[in-house]
Amino acid sequence: MKSPNKQQIQKTIKFKITGDNLFKTLTTIIAASALIILFITGYTLVKGSIPVVQNFGLSFFFGQQWNPVEGGEVFGILPYILGTLATSGIALLIGVPLSLGIAIFLVEMAPRSLRVPISYLVELLAAVPSVIYGLWGLSVFRYWILNYIEIPISTYLGWIPIFSGTPRGLDIFTAGVILAIMIIPTVASISKEVLTAVPNSIREGAYSIGATKWEVIKRWVLSYGRSGIFGAIILGLGRAVGETMAVTMLIGNATGTSAMPKSLFQSGQTLASSIANGFMEATSGSLKLSTYLGIGLTLLIMSLLINVGAHLVMTRVFKVKGGAVE
Amino acid sequence: MMNSYGFRKFKNRLFFAICAICVVIAVVPLASIIFEVAKRGVPQLSWTFITATNGNSGIGPAIQGTLILIGLTSIIGIPIGVLSGIYLSEFGNNKYAQNLRTINNIIAQFPSIIVGITIYGLIVLTMGSFSAIAGSIALAFILIPIVTRTTEESLKLVPNNIREASLALGAHNWRTTLSVVLPAAKNGLLTGVLLAVARITGETAPLIITILGNRYFFQGLDKPLAALPLEIWKDALQPYAETQAQGWGAALILILMVLIINITVRLASRSRMKA
Repeated sequence: MKSPNKQQIQKTIKFKITGDNLFKTLTTIIAASALIILFITGYTLVKGSIPVVQNFGLSFFFGQQWNPVEGGEVFGILPYILGTLATSGIALLIGVPLSLGIAIFLVEMAPRSLRVPISYLVELLAAVPSVIYGLWGLSVFRYWILNYIEIPISTYLGWIPIFSGTPRGLDIFTAGVILAIMIIPTVASISKEVLTAVPNSIREGAYSIGATKWEVIKRWVLSYGRSGIFGAIILGLGRAVGETMAVTMLIGNATGTSAMPKSLFQSGQTLASSIANGFMEATSGSLKLSTYLGIGLTLLIMSLLINVGAHLVMTRVFKVKGGAVE
Repeated sequence: MMNSYGFRKFKNRLFFAICAICVVIAVVPLASIIFEVAKRGVPQLSWTFITATNGNSGIGPAIQGTLILIGLTSIIGIPIGVLSGIYLSEFGNNKYAQNLRTINNIIAQFPSIIVGITIYGLIVLTMGSFSAIAGSIALAFILIPIVTRTTEESLKLVPNNIREASLALGAHNWRTTLSVVLPAAKNGLLTGVLLAVARITGETAPLIITILGNRYFFQGLDKPLAALPLEIWKDALQPYAETQAQGWGAALILILMVLIINITVRLASRSRMKA
């Protein structure tokens, strides 16, 4: 009776050992899902955009004409690329200083009792769905911008080319400002972490030579954290470039040459908004469908460049070990 | 003169004030959004509004569609995300895992519209129609990287001596992970998963080109489906006051769903930390 028992024990041990291996193999394979998603996305977009790139070559990226009429199709997406850069640029110009102000307030100035509720409110800004920003933008925010900013500027400074045109509130400027609001939670919360990570000895040293609080922040804290803040800005840019719904609802949706951003107060188009607007009109197998996949590919490349850049910066800033900020 | 102590102190106060104003500027939009959605949405609410179809001045199909999408996406996405997170946290001390982590962080930042057109090319074109299943796979693509990251982070917070204690009792690795580490990380895990679900609830861009929208209630996994974010988008662009009002009602329901998840989860995790 002894030997089968031993065998049985060995059998169970063997089984359990395979159980471990099985579990590890299973999770290893499933963990590859990230890789698979990246691959599927890249493959689908590259494959789908081959026809349009073959047809138009580089003029797809650098052309300004947009004519979807069958037979005489011309698709150039330069206005949309520039529109994306313009709106994201406005978003950074307005959003970054605000976010830095918030981060500085939270880390260096706010009384302890205010820190949690304020950072909580700022995080809630990120929880509001983008389509609700769009809805609110369309019927509330647009008129704030129009009445208090665009009309005064256009009345007094309308002769400057970037302020030319009749403001309607549905334009590149409004889209940029709503993006600025939407990137605040991203930029502010990362900057907050960066500032918190600045060692207190730096502050103490600066105070000891008689600096005021602001001087400590400006000369020492911000410069110590500058690469981290840079990373936060790049991540904010990534969010602004890809944001779709709110921009689609507010930018006015021009196409072709009329979408070339010449003035802040004109309607435009971004890469993402052009997809949201026009994709449904493209029939399967058409050159137009391939065009939108090509726009998607362009956006993907921009997003990859931005996010890989941000990743490189952030890994250097926080010594990322196992992905967690230490 | 410019560098006198009084002037430096004045500058200090000035920048203090500027930073405080930044906070106020950021909170104004949030307050205004919540105020407007409540003001214009509440009058819409009624039993008919949340149960009837679009033709009968309701948004029933959209609410049902969003719930179906949340369910399907969770079924597809949460197991994959949690298992990937387990791998990264428990077995992730190698080059392969390092690379996966980087890729995961990068795909988590993908613009959601890109996920939409990918699924369109992959599933909608192949199947020949817009469908509930295409929409939920698109949302799963967004959910998986977020769940993976939060799972990894919450498992890492479990102290190693708990793992060692379990192993010392003779439990195997897989048993330790599933019966000891996961329960220990339960709260963090749940927080992360719920926040990820809240995030996909409001996603609109990938849905436009995968589920299309539907005037009627659920008709099958391979048929077009309605959803709240789509309803809001379509209503907002209509010139009719009644339809726009309907959009505000839908926005109220959507924002309630998202904010309730966010606020309860955060309050719960905060009180836990204090305890």
